Amino acid sequence: MSKTPHDYYARKPGDHHDHHDHSHAHDHDHDHDDHQQPNPANEHDNGPPGDYEIMSRAMQELLEQKGVITAAQVAKRMELFDEEFPYHGAQVVARAWVDAAFKQRLLADGRAACAEMGAMLEAERLIAVENTPDTHNVIVCTLCSCYPRALLGMPPTWYKSRNYRSRVVFEPRAVLKEFGTELPDSVAVRVHDSNADMRYLVVPMRPQGTEGWSEEKLAGLLSRDMLVGVTVPRVSA
Amino acid sequence: MSAAHHEASLKSTYTPAPVHRYSVGDKVAVKRSFPPGHRRTPQYIRGKQGVIERICGAYPNPEELAYGFDGLPAKVLYRVRFLQTHVWPGYAGPANDIIEMEIFEHWLEPAAT
Repeated sequence: MSKTPHDYYARKPGDHHDHHDHSHAHDHDHDHDDHQQPNPANEHDNGPPGDYEIMSRAMQELLEQKGVITAAQVAKRMELFDEEFPYHGAQVVARAWVDAAFKQRLLADGRAACAEMGAMLEAERLIAVENTPDTHNVIVCTLCSCYPRALLGMPPTWYKSRNYRSRVVFEPRAVLKEFGTELPDSVAVRVHDSNADMRYLVVPMRPQGTEGWSEEKLAGLLSRDMLVGVTVPRVSA
Repeated sequence: MSAAHHEASLKSTYTPAPVHRYSVGDKVAVKRSFPPGHRRTPQYIRGKQGVIERICGAYPNPEELAYGFDGLPAKVLYRVRFLQTHVWPGYAGPANDIIEMEIFEHWLEPAAT
């Protein structure tokens, strides 16, 4: 597919004509581009945002300011576009919420705990990190887009975008805010760069108001974005 | 739970690294080095100091795997924790924000301070 520089409509957020090849089932797509500077100002292969990208962002900000839409709604909508693949992550986290012993096993050895639930990970090890009242975890792979596909399905486009990969490491709070997640300074943000052999899963905090819920109902609260750490589960009152 | 799943749950996937130069809590520095080739150490972390968060095990060296070699002997892989305010001068968030990543032993040296 050929693209001209003005072919903005054909350009998706994560689509920067690189050599990522997602046609293979492997969950660790090295792209050998470890020469990047993780600063958007230094992006050399993506160029500045296009006019339509800027207009789209401006429109979204206006609509948010006027209270027509929220950042969370936009994120949710984009998630619906991307969520074509089944994933086991929600079941694993819901089990951890109701079964303390399972949670301990998950935090000690994520891969073995997932295997208990029938999710066989291709990666050597899975590190499950738990959100607490003091710490919020978020996952990124700055070098390529390492992602636990066997657990979370295909990675969302934004996860592979240079924008996310470069910015979340040095301004995580600003990026989280764009996903509708605002954290007080009392909560430490713990960014995990998934840059080598480990894969990661965020175990969000179980929201208040879910006492007595079944595992299945709890799993229904959990979106993929929450298990990467860019959003948190909430129960509407 | 089926017997097979139970067995899988008991079998740890932890890859031991019986010989390791650093232990959890040790202060380390990432080498400030820029060799060509396939590297899994992000440029932004080179030259920065952190603390060993955990020992992940020993894994074939990705810098050799990338070129068709077997990557053996396996290299010890650590997770290293860095303070964001140290990694990014001018970091806008609070002082206790952290970033962690995996660094192979040959990219680490004892921290000077």
